[in-house]
Amino acid sequence: MANTRQITERTMHTLFFVVASASIVMLFMIMVFLFMEGIPIFDEVSVKDFIFGKYWYPTSEPPDFGILSLIVASLAVTLLSALISIPLGILTAIYIAEIASKKVNEIIKPMVELLAALPSVVIGFFGMVLVAPFLQKVFDIPTGLNLFNASLMLAFMSIPTICSLSEDAIHSVPSSLKEASLALGATHLETILKVVLPASLSGISTAVILGMSRAIGETMVVLMVAGGAAFIPESIFDPVRPMPASIASEMAEAPFRGDHYHALFATGIVLFIFTFFFNIVADHIAHKYKQVGEATL
Amino acid sequence: MDKSVKIEVKHLNFYYGNFRALEDISLDCYANEVLSLIGPSGCGKSTFLRCLNRMNDLISISRVEGNILLGGLDIYDPSVDVVMLRSRIGMVFQKPNPFPKTIFENVAYGLRVNGIKDKGIIENRVEESLKLAAIWDEVKDRMHESALGLSGGQQQRLCIARALAVEPEILLMDEPCSALDPIATQKIEELIHQLKKSLTIIIVTHNMQQAARVSDITAFFYIGKLIELGKTDTIFTRPNLKQTQDYITGRFG
Repeated sequence: MANTRQITERTMHTLFFVVASASIVMLFMIMVFLFMEGIPIFDEVSVKDFIFGKYWYPTSEPPDFGILSLIVASLAVTLLSALISIPLGILTAIYIAEIASKKVNEIIKPMVELLAALPSVVIGFFGMVLVAPFLQKVFDIPTGLNLFNASLMLAFMSIPTICSLSEDAIHSVPSSLKEASLALGATHLETILKVVLPASLSGISTAVILGMSRAIGETMVVLMVAGGAAFIPESIFDPVRPMPASIASEMAEAPFRGDHYHALFATGIVLFIFTFFFNIVADHIAHKYKQVGEATL
Repeated sequence: MDKSVKIEVKHLNFYYGNFRALEDISLDCYANEVLSLIGPSGCGKSTFLRCLNRMNDLISISRVEGNILLGGLDIYDPSVDVVMLRSRIGMVFQKPNPFPKTIFENVAYGLRVNGIKDKGIIENRVEESLKLAAIWDEVKDRMHESALGLSGGQQQRLCIARALAVEPEILLMDEPCSALDPIATQKIEELIHQLKKSLTIIIVTHNMQQAARVSDITAFFYIGKLIELGKTDTIFTRPNLKQTQDYITGRFG
């Protein structure tokens, strides 16, 4: 009997190991493929010219493969969207975790989750059909499909991430700390600002960075509403072409294994490095600044 | 000693929703005395303590009936500023709960939230409070290190210092020694003896010897009722009621 049990046990171990490795190996292969298809472009242009080149004319003769304007566009939409989503996300989280009554929370929390469930194409569609004409009219600009519109839509996408992760962080601050603060004669607001937020800062930072990493990698929204002009933007109402939008729109027409094709993969590598960096930073903050909220004896 | 009434509790009832957690409690607490609240778990001692600084306000389904007068002021009067009230009544909790800040900032916190900005005053008061809480010598060289690096007993004394810094008139202690070893407990008991010179202390404890050692007056609670109230000596030697005697001698509870 014991023997069969051991065999079952071992089989299960192996099975789980195989399943777990399969997904990791798969992801690793994708990464290898990304690098294999991207690196050949550096035979044509140097890494420096590729990253800092201002001109992206992949189909001209001779072609220009400089993705600086795409990188700037990606960073610009991400930063601008962060400026919108961070305060909104964190303030909503504070409201949900600390201020709102149970009844209000029963409505708001599912709403935030619903926002997270919106497919990006729907958000893009909303930006294209409603926000763009509105911006065009109100600000009297040539096109409503621009950096600002894209940032606004990306902010909508990252708010749920930032909000729900921050809320978890705020919620996990021990109530004993809040009570200690209130018992000393601090107001609710002082308690939130001086005790609750500092104690949940690492969780909130992680939330912010994960929200931003979602924004920088997002494709559909920027493809639909960013405007698509591969220039370094001079104002927030200029149309831009972030990296994911460029890859998505050009890949279909780039000749297989041609320079343009390789250049798009190389753009993918740069994007991957950005998101990878964001995630590393998030992980680092989560571990390094982890505060033990309550006394340990 | 001049026996002036510090806190007067009159017919206090407390409800969690429909559950009546405290039934018709009336007692007086005199200035510069230590009142200990004893009784089995769940008898309402902590709830009673938390009524005194309105910490129970945080529980949305709670309800209070009756009056608590602090120096003649009804603390449940709608015109009372709760924040102001809480700065007059300090509280030390069951588990040490220092803020994840430096030792200095922990003690300075109460001063800052009460509007004291002068650096000199804050530094003085922090030092005084830490000395009063008998922890100054242990922390004076590490004021700017995290309070979480202190031992449990040190953390609890830091929490006492933090409460003392705002110069409260009354100090509420909710089983302050339950998480501490005997040596740390002894230090805190000595501290209570020191502190009652300047303020009034109400302490909840599960430790009979502790109640006997530190308090002047003892109140015995049982399922939400105040069973017996009297001088600690009397309660522990010749209690009026058999129920009190049974609890104190460990026959039930």
